[in-house]
Amino acid sequence: MEKILLKNIENPNSADIREYQKTGGYQSISNAFEMQPRDVIEEVKSSGLRGRGGAGFPTAMKWNFANADPKFPKYLVCNADEGEPGTFKDRPILEKNPHLLIEGMVISGYALRAEYGYIYLRGEYPLAKDILDNAIAQAREKNYLGENILGKNVKFELSVYQGAGAYICGEETALIESLEGKKGQPRSKPPFPVNVGAWEMPTIVNNVETLSNVPYIIAIGGEAYSKIGREDCTGPKLYCVSGHVVKPGVYELPMGTNLRDIIYKHAGGIKNNKKLKAVLPGGISTPVLPADRIDCLMDFISMPKHGSMLGSGAVIVMDESVCMVKVAHRALKFFEHESCGKCVPCREGTGWLRQILGRIESGKGKQGDIELLSDITDIMSGRTFCPLGDGAAGVVTGMLRHFRDEFEEHIKSGHCKLSIDN
Amino acid sequence: MFNETVLKEIDGIRAKYPDARSALLPSLYVAQREFGWLSPEAMTCVAKTLNLPEAMVRGTASFYAMFRHNPVGRNVIQLCTNVSCMILGSDRLLDLLKSRFDLEPGETTKDGRFSLVIMECIGACGTAPAMLVNTDFHDNLTEQNLEEIMGKYK
Repeated sequence: MEKILLKNIENPNSADIREYQKTGGYQSISNAFEMQPRDVIEEVKSSGLRGRGGAGFPTAMKWNFANADPKFPKYLVCNADEGEPGTFKDRPILEKNPHLLIEGMVISGYALRAEYGYIYLRGEYPLAKDILDNAIAQAREKNYLGENILGKNVKFELSVYQGAGAYICGEETALIESLEGKKGQPRSKPPFPVNVGAWEMPTIVNNVETLSNVPYIIAIGGEAYSKIGREDCTGPKLYCVSGHVVKPGVYELPMGTNLRDIIYKHAGGIKNNKKLKAVLPGGISTPVLPADRIDCLMDFISMPKHGSMLGSGAVIVMDESVCMVKVAHRALKFFEHESCGKCVPCREGTGWLRQILGRIESGKGKQGDIELLSDITDIMSGRTFCPLGDGAAGVVTGMLRHFRDEFEEHIKSGHCKLSIDN
Repeated sequence: MFNETVLKEIDGIRAKYPDARSALLPSLYVAQREFGWLSPEAMTCVAKTLNLPEAMVRGTASFYAMFRHNPVGRNVIQLCTNVSCMILGSDRLLDLLKSRFDLEPGETTKDGRFSLVIMECIGACGTAPAMLVNTDFHDNLTEQNLEEIMGKYK
């Protein structure tokens, strides 16, 4: 497949505006400005683009909700708070192809009649901060940003807002709270951000990868774009593969590529001739799949049918040396640390799950602990304010579904048969 | 209080947002850079500059992991130990930092050269295990190259 999002990134100067322009960059802005804003939204609608942040919500539908709201100003916020463990797909766009994102935001801002854009960038990406600041300055100098873009009487101002190490700020209402200078705690919905978002105004929050698809959609048209990937899940997808594979990295492939192909064909298979044990297909918040269940299409519609989710497309591959109890324990340490504390099922549930998993891992598990874990996940599921708590519960449920014997073995024998060292 | 240059910088930040409170996180970063950590004095400066209640400033500052509420060493090692890094050996790196540098998570070496912070994924999973030292990424860490890399930071 032709590279769309990672086009040209082998060029060491790919983040420079001149290099971006040389390969057709920023031409979609002129094309979009020839269209009416609502026609740009229609084009995105016909492309079938779904949000790449994890939920897979149709982008044009979100845009239309915001567009229908009569309040102004509207704000366009790029979610660059890539925090799901295992995820590093947006980093190459931010660090090597920043102008693609900026172009996507200018076009989206025009479509939505939003004159202010913010890139909410995670604090852990200091290099991307410098690169984006520089790219924004270059774009402003060339009149792709500012008061009167390309002399067409279109205004769009863009700046980077640096997060400060809170996973929860990837959730869009928590992100908006953070942007307003508050603790990143999710808001009650409705109202949704498209109506009442940042500073109580209609706010459209889209992921880096989502917005970066927009220039290409304008360039080739929504219909043509919709032929990439699968019928109900279109376009290219960035899959980031980590763990025990020969060639970890970010792969741009058609949406709905088979998970087995991603691991074996693209990432080179399992390294050191070991056997595959399990895969977290979309980051650590997505339920684990054992080795014999990886024949599934990696898209938003197919993955739930296989008992997991596409999530952020972060494929974490684990070989036979990895202890699932240890992975579950580490994951729950993460969720406990990142729970914002707002709702009880998540705040308490993540803490208790972590504690019980910790004692099982250290050989002090008790009879009944597995039932207790299931009990807690049952109470948490569907009862938390935002998906963080659901994700945490789902990780444990998935582990118990496929690797229950390993947990039982730890409790019975008081130790782990595997050593994580490899 | 902040000097004139810093006050001007914060004014510039404030101009990007519809209200002063939105300039809080960026201003806390500025304060952290100026003071080395968010001391009570640093947070008071931010509160006064943005004309916000101190409780609001502290409440926000204490929520985020990257704001420091204690003095840190000259170099801050931010080591990821999340799943992708863990299964590729970040535990061994932690052991090495302890045995070789007497450095534990959340602490600072006696000579003030290094502080260690455990990170929850720094987005370098494809080149795990990984860490940030100050603002520099270091990937594909091993016990050998970790010592070499640390040698570069004085």
